[in-house]
Amino acid sequence: MTTTFLLIDLPMILEKFVLILVVVMASLGIAMYTTFAERKVAAILQDRRGPNRAGPFGILQPLADGMKLFFKEEIIPNFSSKALFVLGPGLAMLTAIMTSAVIPWGDKVHFFNRDISLQIADINIGILYIFGVLSLGVYGIMIGSWASNNKFSLLGGLRAASQIISYELAMGISLIALLMITGTLSLKEMVVQQQNGYWNVVLQPLGFLIFLICSFAECNRTPFDLPEAENELIGGYHTEYSSMKLGFYLFSEYINMFISSVVMSTLFFGGYDVPFFDEAAHADWGNWLALIGIAALMFKAVCFIFLFMWVRWTIPRFRYDQLMHLGWRILIPLALFNMLVTGGVILYFFNK
Amino acid sequence: MDFFFLQVQAQNSAENYFPIVIQILFAIGLLTLMIFGSDLLGPKRKTADKLQNFESGIEIKGNARQPIAIKYFLVAILFVLFDVEVIFFYPYAINFRALKWEGFLAVVLFVSSFLAGFIYIFKKGALKWEE
Amino acid sequence: MNTQIIFILLSLMAIGSAVMMLASKNPVKSILWLIVVFFAISGHYILLNAQFLAVVNIIVYAGAIMVLFLFVVMLMNLNAETEPVKNYRLQFIGVISGGSLLLILLTFLMRTPVAQPVQMKVGESGLIGKLGMTLFQNYVLPFEISSVLFLSAMVGAVIIGKRN
Repeated sequence: MTTTFLLIDLPMILEKFVLILVVVMASLGIAMYTTFAERKVAAILQDRRGPNRAGPFGILQPLADGMKLFFKEEIIPNFSSKALFVLGPGLAMLTAIMTSAVIPWGDKVHFFNRDISLQIADINIGILYIFGVLSLGVYGIMIGSWASNNKFSLLGGLRAASQIISYELAMGISLIALLMITGTLSLKEMVVQQQNGYWNVVLQPLGFLIFLICSFAECNRTPFDLPEAENELIGGYHTEYSSMKLGFYLFSEYINMFISSVVMSTLFFGGYDVPFFDEAAHADWGNWLALIGIAALMFKAVCFIFLFMWVRWTIPRFRYDQLMHLGWRILIPLALFNMLVTGGVILYFFNK
Repeated sequence: MDFFFLQVQAQNSAENYFPIVIQILFAIGLLTLMIFGSDLLGPKRKTADKLQNFESGIEIKGNARQPIAIKYFLVAILFVLFDVEVIFFYPYAINFRALKWEGFLAVVLFVSSFLAGFIYIFKKGALKWEE
Repeated sequence: MNTQIIFILLSLMAIGSAVMMLASKNPVKSILWLIVVFFAISGHYILLNAQFLAVVNIIVYAGAIMVLFLFVVMLMNLNAETEPVKNYRLQFIGVISGGSLLLILLTFLMRTPVAQPVQMKVGESGLIGKLGMTLFQNYVLPFEISSVLFLSAMVGAVIIGKRN
């Protein structure tokens, strides 16, 4: 066996670091502007104007909101566990940021005589990595709500945790049917397959629907926003939080929404693939091609984010028993059925 | 002795995880900076009333950390069981074309016991939240 | 060399957080330290190129079983002043059993020959493709039996949970 040395390749590290910086900052920026978009979309749907004072069309509103959060007073209640109280929002934000590591944002770009892959880490088990980080997302909410030592927070946190773990199951099973078609866990390979064939949503419409519903529940978005049902629980799990710690919880929700939009685009809608356009034939376009790919992915993600908002301002909140009923009694059996049917059909017709 | 550059590594090797470590360190650094930054920037005028827990303005009775309903616990325990079962499906889904009908039969058997447990849970009303 | 450094760092992280887990008084903090231990162990798995095992360790242990632990901690009444164990006989038994476990561990550690320096493993055996083939070709029967185990665990959970 040969001895392999991990040679720290400085340009490589620099390249990855720049990519991480861009991806993290971009997702923070997009999350900021998603809050703005949410208010504008809500205003349009409710026939109002929405924020329009800070800058033209209120375009500077998210900056003002962010600054405000920074300059507010930090309040840590007396009865809370101090260290855990700070750790909770930190964990929520950390898991939100970490999901972006395996997403292929585009094909390669060519700079300084190097082919730079627009994916932070192309690992063998890509989608399982996302699933793993997602399963850790519960801790931010649970720790924060427990640490505040507030009855409403604790109830909100418990609801959130139960809801997230329940919908994670259906999400996992719906993914299995997709993996049977792709035969790989790497997100990059999935996109390449979809570039050369059909988008997975054509082959897995039911799987996509289940995945979509589960992502709504995982992000605690309406109609699944019981953890922060303000008419029963004040503010839900972040009742006691103020200043940037509250900001972390709010931001992590929007980052999660953005990332899950990107993941859905990548898994089911071809990722950075432009429909009816042969990427391989235009390989001489170089960096422009990569840019078109990124734009396509962002367009798909924005459509999903709009869907998230549209649903939020259209559908009322579920009751908790309805939510559990949907998760356990409908989605899990449906996802299992989808998995077995997909497997059977592929084996019978396409596996000669 | 082989010297590998990270860039030319094969897809399946452990070096690919290195950027994730960079990202974790970067994220932790950024978040610490933000927490301390906002701590420095904000005003500090603490009063006894302000540091009370907020429970809709009603005087706080007792401690929040009371024992919770057993339903949540049951959901968590069932989640662990089902999660492990779902994990078993991943290696199957990757290989299921090669495993042909024999593998499919094994999984159908596995799923049927999964479903038997599922039906038992519902029959017992373990996940009934209406009561 | 680098791999060795990573290995040592991960081991220190694992042992350090395991000690912290035992030392912290707050059970929630103990759980968090235990999660750090799982992360360090996943790092070891990745060094062995057992990538699937690494991520399953995170999903199942850190993501599912530790959530259950958190629920259990929340289910318990932490406010009741719990006295530290003052029963000397119990402490004595604990020391004896812990010591004998340590002895067994040490004898086996002494026997193992000093392996070659730590190096990053290559090869496919820890990857999901190879693992799936082995599981579903050579170990189908244990796989099916495990489903019966799950079934019995489910029944047990429901019976304990519904007993009022």
